[in-house]
Amino acid sequence: MATAEVSNKKTLKVQRFKPSDNPSNTYLTDEKGVWAWMTTVDHKKIGIMYLVSVAIFFAVGGALALLLRTELLTPAKTFIEADTYNQLFTLHGAIMVFFVLVPSIPAALGNFIMPMQLGAKDVAFPKLNLASFYIYVAGAIFTFIALAQHGLDTGWTFYTPYSTESSSSVIWVTMGVFILGFSSILTGTNFITTIHKMRAPGITWGKLPLNVWALYATSIIQVLATPVLAITVLLLTMERWLGFGIFDPALGGDPVLFQHFFWFYSHPAVYIMIVPGFGIISEVISTFSKKTVFGYWAIALSSLAIAFIGFLVWGHHMFTSGQSAVATTVFSFLTFLVGIPTGIKIFNWIATLYKGSIKMDTPMIYVFIFLFLFSIGGFTGIMLGALSVDIHLHDTYYVVAHFHYVMMGGTLIALLAGLHFWWPKMTGKLYNEKLAKIASVFIFVGFNVTFLPQFVMGAQGMPRRYYNYVDQFTAFHQTSTIGSYLLGVGFLIILYYLMHSLFKGAKSPANPWGSRGLEWQATSPPDFHNFDHTPVVIHGPYDYHQPMEEFQLGLAVDTNGHDSGTAKEVVDKERDQWKNYSLG
Amino acid sequence: MDRLFEFMLPEAKSPTADSTDALFHFINEVSLIFLIGITFALIYFAIKYRRRSEDDETPVITHNNTLEITWSVVPLLITFVIFGWGYTGWLNLKSVPDNAYEIQVSGFKWGWNVKYDNGAQTLNEIHVPEGRPVKIVLQSSDVLHSFFVPDYRVKHDVVPGRYTYVWFEAEEVGESQVFCTEYCGTGHSDMLAKVIVHTEEDFQTWLEKNGGGVSGTPVEQGEQLVQLQGCTTCHSDDGSRLIGPSFKGLWESEETLSDGSTVTVDENYLRESILNPGAKIVESYDNVMTPYEGRISDEEITNIIEYLKTLK
Repeated sequence: MATAEVSNKKTLKVQRFKPSDNPSNTYLTDEKGVWAWMTTVDHKKIGIMYLVSVAIFFAVGGALALLLRTELLTPAKTFIEADTYNQLFTLHGAIMVFFVLVPSIPAALGNFIMPMQLGAKDVAFPKLNLASFYIYVAGAIFTFIALAQHGLDTGWTFYTPYSTESSSSVIWVTMGVFILGFSSILTGTNFITTIHKMRAPGITWGKLPLNVWALYATSIIQVLATPVLAITVLLLTMERWLGFGIFDPALGGDPVLFQHFFWFYSHPAVYIMIVPGFGIISEVISTFSKKTVFGYWAIALSSLAIAFIGFLVWGHHMFTSGQSAVATTVFSFLTFLVGIPTGIKIFNWIATLYKGSIKMDTPMIYVFIFLFLFSIGGFTGIMLGALSVDIHLHDTYYVVAHFHYVMMGGTLIALLAGLHFWWPKMTGKLYNEKLAKIASVFIFVGFNVTFLPQFVMGAQGMPRRYYNYVDQFTAFHQTSTIGSYLLGVGFLIILYYLMHSLFKGAKSPANPWGSRGLEWQATSPPDFHNFDHTPVVIHGPYDYHQPMEEFQLGLAVDTNGHDSGTAKEVVDKERDQWKNYSLG
Repeated sequence: MDRLFEFMLPEAKSPTADSTDALFHFINEVSLIFLIGITFALIYFAIKYRRRSEDDETPVITHNNTLEITWSVVPLLITFVIFGWGYTGWLNLKSVPDNAYEIQVSGFKWGWNVKYDNGAQTLNEIHVPEGRPVKIVLQSSDVLHSFFVPDYRVKHDVVPGRYTYVWFEAEEVGESQVFCTEYCGTGHSDMLAKVIVHTEEDFQTWLEKNGGGVSGTPVEQGEQLVQLQGCTTCHSDDGSRLIGPSFKGLWESEETLSDGSTVTVDENYLRESILNPGAKIVESYDNVMTPYEGRISDEEITNIIEYLKTLK
């Protein structure tokens, strides 16, 4: 038995709880069966359900992308009609944004990992968490009803007055998005409460994992921005259904007002998508270089800075729209300011590598890919923030390439890093490292072959959302299409080895990467309640200079004969060694 | 390297493009320097500090104020430069010279209707004089469009219910591509036009020849109108199927509507279908046509109908 100072005031009796590499009871062995899964309030199972849903939507959105790229092999019609093409790019965008990118990291990985990083048993409102998932499902159902009817051909941006006049199922999809928004708001509320109230003894704000800081910043944006999306789509519905003149000039409305409303949500939404990715990068880069993250506070607070400034830059989507000149100037200026905290993060991550002990396992490979692709995404964002240049580049393939470098090269690559990093934790299985590395090469090469040519053709003038195009762009489009097939192969390889790992993979130890993160001090896969003790934290999550033992503390249990079970035996065996450590 | 950057942009054909291009190159160069630095650091660290044993010990480096302030302030200063540069270039794009020649351009689904000061009209062709500033006044008769000429680095959304503008000065005789860059439905990617640059003398000749607008017998006027109003973008005159029904053989034909009823094409049906196309849609076609209510006079409708009667 030992004592530890967990804060300035409290002294707690602690003991070491070394996680077993062969847990007999896990969240996967408790509560078995479909019904148990569907009604579970366990944040881990809900996270997995989100992950599976997001993966399915990603497969659908990805397949749509491949169809689009195939159509663009030739300048005129290749194999589908213009109206079909317009529906495909709309669905690709809407599915990828609303059903994949927004929930991907926070709702799937965040749900699973964040409470564990806090040493909590669950999120603050477990039932609300399950409700969020079903609201997400309901939103998806609405959207699919729309597809079964007339589809959607407005682009994911629903710009008026086209969306007021379009004969496709705009109302169903906007209602789907409306419903989906509540899922996002509730998850955000849940996370904010959890982070404030559910931290294990010793986790001060300065010892919060950067992943949690990132999710905290994200949750704030979700709670504040998403209601505006709800208002916007509701107004759009009122205009279509009841003929209220809000956005349609034929009814006395203003189409530019819609764009203001839309981007007031959708620009912060870009940060809802990317900031959680930043959290994953910090966790992985520290683990695989065995080193304290350089500039912890700079990274933590820059997430909050991005969350704040991110609310003030929506007008940079509208430089050519006819908004006022003063607004345009101010939005351009603020856009550059939001680039700075992002740049700071990149420099901090690179500085973390300095004098580290770097192991290039798959999660770390994805972090490197992220740093390269996301940097390009950032620099081209600066390009688009510059007023005169944006006038030329706006609504061309340059913009398409830019946001794919940010959203796919950033968020999705970070998601892959996180998925590979936490896969052993979530499933208790290891995956084929060799295949994973091969797949990462396909992803990296395929991605750049797909999207680099789009920068060039965009700058040369190729507009986006074009079914036919002028002949001069043929070579760029064909290269891009070949790249997209390579990407498709990469994702199929990932699907293959992850499924193989799930069913036939080797068993993972509790902490295969030697991470100091609290989630790794639970078994793999974790117990139903994450830890069977209350964790106590005395070091920061990246203190690789401290011995592993000191990251495995928990409130000492009274062992006067009432405790039993395998986990306890491990504890008892370790206890004698534990006495040798002297703590603050 | 310069050649790569130049390859990325189309040849600049308006003096307003110079500042845009210079800034484009500047940002590319600075970005490339940073990107090479970042990539080099990543690879160098990954090799130099590769894990040699699982017991590797790493130094504790929590932060470094000098370094962090440097890499915050230096990029900040660079972005200030970029902001100022972009802002001045953009002001130039907004400030139309006093002597600019004005042309009215109206975007519709799916084409560009162009009107000149002497009443001349063209469809999807914008004739301009060389070496003189030209102001294009933009309006839309239906949904959002966007007027984009890559060669001149100008673009502006075309918004229903308000006027917007771009200006440029064509530097050489020739043609430049115009794109619609705001998604507007089925024919969005076919909503192309050309800027055709003449010498000042040729331009004046061209204007005079085409001045005065539509003229001739009612049938001749109708034929010119279906061109200028963009009807032929979606309705062929030879029986082939485009976005809407063909004009050929339309007169007095029996058409089945989308609700299953039938209608005989007469004057009143044609008039209704021009002013309020959604009222009676022919089976297997989509309701996508812009209503011409308020955009076309009764006399013009009559002339168009007279012309359609001749397409047997």
